[in-house]
Amino acid sequence: MIVYIAKRMIAIIPILFVATLVTFALVHISPVDPAEAYLTAAHIYPTPEVLEQKRKEFGLDRPLHVQYLDTLKRMVQLDFGTSYLTNKPVWDEVKSKLPATLELAVWSILFSALVSIPLGVASAVYRNSWIDWLSRGISYFGASIPQFWLGYLLIFFFSVKLDLLPVEGRGDWQNVILPTLTLSVVLIAVYTRMLRTSVLEQLQESYVEYAKARGLRERSITLKHVLKIAIAPLITGMGMSMGKLLTGTIIVEQVFSWPGFGRYFVEAIFNRDIPVIQCYIFFAACLFVICNLVVDLIQTAIDPRILVKGRSNP
Amino acid sequence: MMKKIRQNTNGSSLIVVCLVLLSLFFLIALLAPWIAPYDPVKVDLLNKLADPSTQHWLGTDHLGRDNLSRLIYGARISLGFAVLIFLSALLIGVLVGCISGYAGGWLDTVLMRMCDGIMAFPNLILVLGIVGIFGPGLMQILLALMLVQWVYYARICRNMVISLKERSFIAAAKISGSSSWAIIRRHIIPNVQHPIVVIGTLEMGWAIMDISALSFLGLGIQPPNAEWGSMIHEGTAYIRSQPELMIYPGVLIMLVVILFNLLGEALSERYGVSKREL
Repeated sequence: MIVYIAKRMIAIIPILFVATLVTFALVHISPVDPAEAYLTAAHIYPTPEVLEQKRKEFGLDRPLHVQYLDTLKRMVQLDFGTSYLTNKPVWDEVKSKLPATLELAVWSILFSALVSIPLGVASAVYRNSWIDWLSRGISYFGASIPQFWLGYLLIFFFSVKLDLLPVEGRGDWQNVILPTLTLSVVLIAVYTRMLRTSVLEQLQESYVEYAKARGLRERSITLKHVLKIAIAPLITGMGMSMGKLLTGTIIVEQVFSWPGFGRYFVEAIFNRDIPVIQCYIFFAACLFVICNLVVDLIQTAIDPRILVKGRSNP
Repeated sequence: MMKKIRQNTNGSSLIVVCLVLLSLFFLIALLAPWIAPYDPVKVDLLNKLADPSTQHWLGTDHLGRDNLSRLIYGARISLGFAVLIFLSALLIGVLVGCISGYAGGWLDTVLMRMCDGIMAFPNLILVLGIVGIFGPGLMQILLALMLVQWVYYARICRNMVISLKERSFIAAAKISGSSSWAIIRRHIIPNVQHPIVVIGTLEMGWAIMDISALSFLGLGIQPPNAEWGSMIHEGTAYIRSQPELMIYPGVLIMLVVILFNLLGEALSERYGVSKREL
């Protein structure tokens, strides 16, 4: 097990390395000159002399490989440079915005797990019943509705029509409800579907027959035996849906004026704040790699057959 | 009549319904200049935020532009770009996939690792990253979406090529002097067309969602052009007084995406393409 973990940890390094390389390459292929972007963001008129001076300051006149090694060295130390717009270190700003995004992420994961686990199991056990149709309906709806539109619909019903919840901002517990709901609908759609499929698959297995033959009650078979194995794909799904969550937070933060990392990133895109964009991409890459690792480790703990079979292939 | 349709479609009338409705959308998009009652960008400030009437069936927006005409023209952008992205991604995907499968060795490894990398990332983040670095704009979005979508086609083609490469009919074709290109065209493509149709359908839906999300963020279609995502964005300012401004385009996006998703699923069931293969 320890060897396995160590192996997986080492496998991360080249992936992150490639991620830094790609980000660096993109910035350099881009027609936007960082020096010019800086001056525009800082509202300084880009005369040739000022541009030249800024390029020197950023080290853009050095050979590419030197620049890359320098970038790499600083990224490892979590130094992403200073924002063009505010002139503050990017990492400090990100640190102050992250908790807000995490708050949304954690709530929506919890909420969607709470809804989708019972719903997924029920719709598999009572296949083709009304609850199955309901859960499939939700899956379709969640997979096809544009998230930003859903957000505004919720604002329209709960804030404008019923006047129950605040429209935007962060602070109160009431502020969390609508963004969480918006994010969760998409996740619930994915999770419920996944769980339904995997429970249905497990119900066909011979151990279920055996348990039935032993006279165990159906309910306890489903909850104790089937769910334990069927939940493994859901854990993978949760890890993979980090992507949905991350893009979701970008959009939801925009809709509800939530002061998080996603909104900061979108602002940076408009202002051509390249250090912030670089930081976000790198951060997203790290998040994925780490999530994948954690997911694999949890799965191995649940289902040790993976260690024997080699890498899991969900 | 219904029975006949059902027989002809192998029992999947769902496919027919989806196809008919989607063709209707495409037809509207194609014929927009002829069916739209007004110019979608013509400003008429005297008539702004008008309620539905016989002149403006769905009312007007905050600049007095006719909503119905804007919705019709919006279909052009969403559907047109989805098709454009699909075709170009397909072309790149099939090419790379066939090359990768045929060549094998280190080239295959490098190309497939690249696909893994792109697939591991959520599409929209990659697209936003590319748009962030290259700057907002329609071309950048098209390019970015194309860059993230070709991998799915490439993977399928490559796996198909590898599984077919060793089969005797390919060997026979080679011995009888067929060029690699002829083999790809005659033997590989017919074998991959079903999974490709399935993925293509599903990806059209995703592309439409992504385009509208990017336009909503203000990174895609720039005003005054009509696009469903940006129409929702403009409509949200009047969420209290004129909520239908943001509701109409949203309903259309959802409808089209649901149709694509339903069609994709129905097709995958009919062709026996399982999701796991994709």
